[in-house]
Amino acid sequence: MTDFIEQAQARIRAAQASAAPLCIRGGGSKDFLGGEPVGERLDTGGHAGIVAYDPSELVLTVRAGTPLTEVAATLAASGQCLPFEPPLFGGRATVGGCVASGLSGPRRPYTGAVRDYLLGVSLIDGRGDCLKFGGQVMKNVAGFDTFRLQAGAMGTLGLITEVSFKVLPTPEADETRVFEVPAADAIATMNRLAGQPLPLAGAVHHGGRLRLRLAGNPAAVGAALARLGGEALPDAGAFWAAIREQTDSFFAGPAPLWRLAVRPTAPALAADGVDELIDWGGGQRWLRCALPADAVQALAASHGGHASGWRGVDCRHAFQPPTAPVMALHRRLKASFDPAGILNRGRLYPDL
Amino acid sequence: MNAPPPPPIDSTALFSALAEVLPKGALLTTVEQMRPYECDGLSMYRRLPLCVALPVDEQQVAAVLRICDAGGVPVVARGHGTGLAGGALPEQGGVLLSLARLNRILALDPVARTARVQPGVRNLAISEAAAAHALYYAPDPSSQIACSIGGNVAENSGGVHCLKYGLTVHNVVAARLALADGQIIELGSEAPDAPGYDLMALLVGSEGLLGVVTEVTVKLLPRPQLARVVMACFGSVEKAGQGVAAIIAAGIIPAGLEMMDKLAIAAVEDFVKAGYPLDAEAILLAESDGTPEEVANEIERIEAVLKASGATAMRTSKDEAERLRLWAGRKAAFPAVGRITPDYYCMDGTIPRRHLGEVLRKIAGYSDEFGLRCANVFHAGDGNLHPLIFYDANKPGDLEKAEAFGNRILDLSVAVGGTITGEHGVGVEKIDAMCTQFHALELEAFHAVKAAFDPKGLLNPGKAVPSLHRCAEMGRMHIHAGQTRHPELPRF
Repeated sequence: MTDFIEQAQARIRAAQASAAPLCIRGGGSKDFLGGEPVGERLDTGGHAGIVAYDPSELVLTVRAGTPLTEVAATLAASGQCLPFEPPLFGGRATVGGCVASGLSGPRRPYTGAVRDYLLGVSLIDGRGDCLKFGGQVMKNVAGFDTFRLQAGAMGTLGLITEVSFKVLPTPEADETRVFEVPAADAIATMNRLAGQPLPLAGAVHHGGRLRLRLAGNPAAVGAALARLGGEALPDAGAFWAAIREQTDSFFAGPAPLWRLAVRPTAPALAADGVDELIDWGGGQRWLRCALPADAVQALAASHGGHASGWRGVDCRHAFQPPTAPVMALHRRLKASFDPAGILNRGRLYPDL
Repeated sequence: MNAPPPPPIDSTALFSALAEVLPKGALLTTVEQMRPYECDGLSMYRRLPLCVALPVDEQQVAAVLRICDAGGVPVVARGHGTGLAGGALPEQGGVLLSLARLNRILALDPVARTARVQPGVRNLAISEAAAAHALYYAPDPSSQIACSIGGNVAENSGGVHCLKYGLTVHNVVAARLALADGQIIELGSEAPDAPGYDLMALLVGSEGLLGVVTEVTVKLLPRPQLARVVMACFGSVEKAGQGVAAIIAAGIIPAGLEMMDKLAIAAVEDFVKAGYPLDAEAILLAESDGTPEEVANEIERIEAVLKASGATAMRTSKDEAERLRLWAGRKAAFPAVGRITPDYYCMDGTIPRRHLGEVLRKIAGYSDEFGLRCANVFHAGDGNLHPLIFYDANKPGDLEKAEAFGNRILDLSVAVGGTITGEHGVGVEKIDAMCTQFHALELEAFHAVKAAFDPKGLLNPGKAVPSLHRCAEMGRMHIHAGQTRHPELPRF
């Protein structure tokens, strides 16, 4: 394993010297996401394995090339999980890519995102130096949270080599109820219920059907189900997996796919030629539409959010850029971690 | 980020420029006026600033920063001054920028479950305002009746419920930030997971080094319907530690999980009569909250697990009054200790819980070695230890001994894989211990982050991140193979 680190350091140093871009790649499950990968490939898949895991500490330390499926299996054996439910993408997704992309699944609005469960990240920066940020304990306010900065940075600040996550017990009960309601009512219901002490774990609406997922203590879930009513969803596990993995029929086909993050109370966005799947209790909207990128971005902005071109969209519009002063901070941070600009060039923003 | 000698500042010109942008009476320049600002909650460090500015809105904050930026004058932002690490200690030649008058709740949206507030709003005031909607702001640091949300953002404050509900970073979604040059930027959003670098997460816990927060949007959570607490007694702290591990291993995440050792129990009982048994070596408080069904089920399981872990006695709250009484002892632990020793020094390391027994044994050894008593109060669920070292500031050499004892505990926390500070921050207090926890390359990365936001190094200089020079002088510099970098960066 040290071999991998030393080799990766050597390659990064050589790349820095020649200003040649490197494309960091784990399982390749997110090649579609973000700007087009450029440069020589640096595969992290060989750097795999659980480094430390003590279930009673609720902490898992794992090498970045480890497949998420292996992480999930290890945790499941002790009745624990990664509560942010990252997509596994056919078993190819790795820990490094999970952190770099910052993607979370259906439970995200109720349990938190990838960055919320990060305790520490080790990385090799654009100079080839090994840096260790954060740690393996749950409360740690020493130093800036540069480890959380890695979540969603698309690998532009360093090659992630090792990650420590906070993990949690897997909910003992996990139930889903279906309600036939229009989108506007579903959004109102999602927000109303999120303000009540219920063990919510998912809220999705599409095609006139609202699916509400409750997970946690069986007594709490039972009491909540009795209050909510609705029809039980028989194949609930498969349904939520299809949302998490973006394999539901909504995601199929060639029509451009956009992910919008908006205020959870934003109105339904479906319109003529715009199909909408509402996720994350209203906070995440998947759109299938052929609208121009600036129109989709403006729509997201008008509801307090931002749009990401997911599939079938010109990859220059993968991520909506921030305001100019915030972009200036991005550039300065990028320059400090990767002065030659060689790591995953253009994956997050075209000129970063 | 250690302070250079203060530059020669034309204070008359500075005062008149500041007076022009501030309301009447909002610029304090006399020693008497400034005395209340000479320290924060860590009173062993005191210093008077050049002046104190008390702006009432964001425009005035920005104007003060622009003036200081132009004149190269350092600025230390301060909320309500309850911090425990000296993070708000004034800079001698600088402006102390109090955000206390930016104290309005600007918007509270019960449907979206957010509150947009100014930085000087008290932590508890947010929950009080949200109570009408059965919502609350979850992080509850012990100072929550007094501490400001801006300070909470600066320190990434926790509280007794953070194992289940998270720290400030998990409960804040957006902020407006005035940069050192007075430019206002917006970070984060009410929409989840903005693309780009998570500057909102970076801001939380940055101890006022990156900018001055002028507005914060927090998440509000539904208030749990019910809470009950179990108090369990143990014959040793190790046994109590095993009880904690067993609760977690059983798949339970209690709303609060606290431990106190015998000396702390005795101090507390003498003070508030919470009903803690004086013969126990350690007690655990384990709280369950949620729906009545959930709490009943969880309490039953907690009791069973703790019994199996060797609890010698247990008491479970039957009503809210009893629950509050059981918590009253834990919440009064610091003042209770303050009654039995002239002074105490509160440490804040976090350790992996499996090392608890070893760490407490070693702390007891240090206690003998330095001849100073030490009571232990512990956020057991997340491994955050608060050893309270007893000393007498009037006794020559006692403070130095207490600090040496404390540093030994911090080094031990790092050695077992933990951290020097779990929730109080580095400030000025633990700046040298940072040299133990981080290597030179990481410290340089922190300096580079600081420089990306504040190139002139005017905001809260000398705090949170030590200069490499300082670490070298301490003999604590950890350098891998002679590597250092960013020689071009100024060191503050």
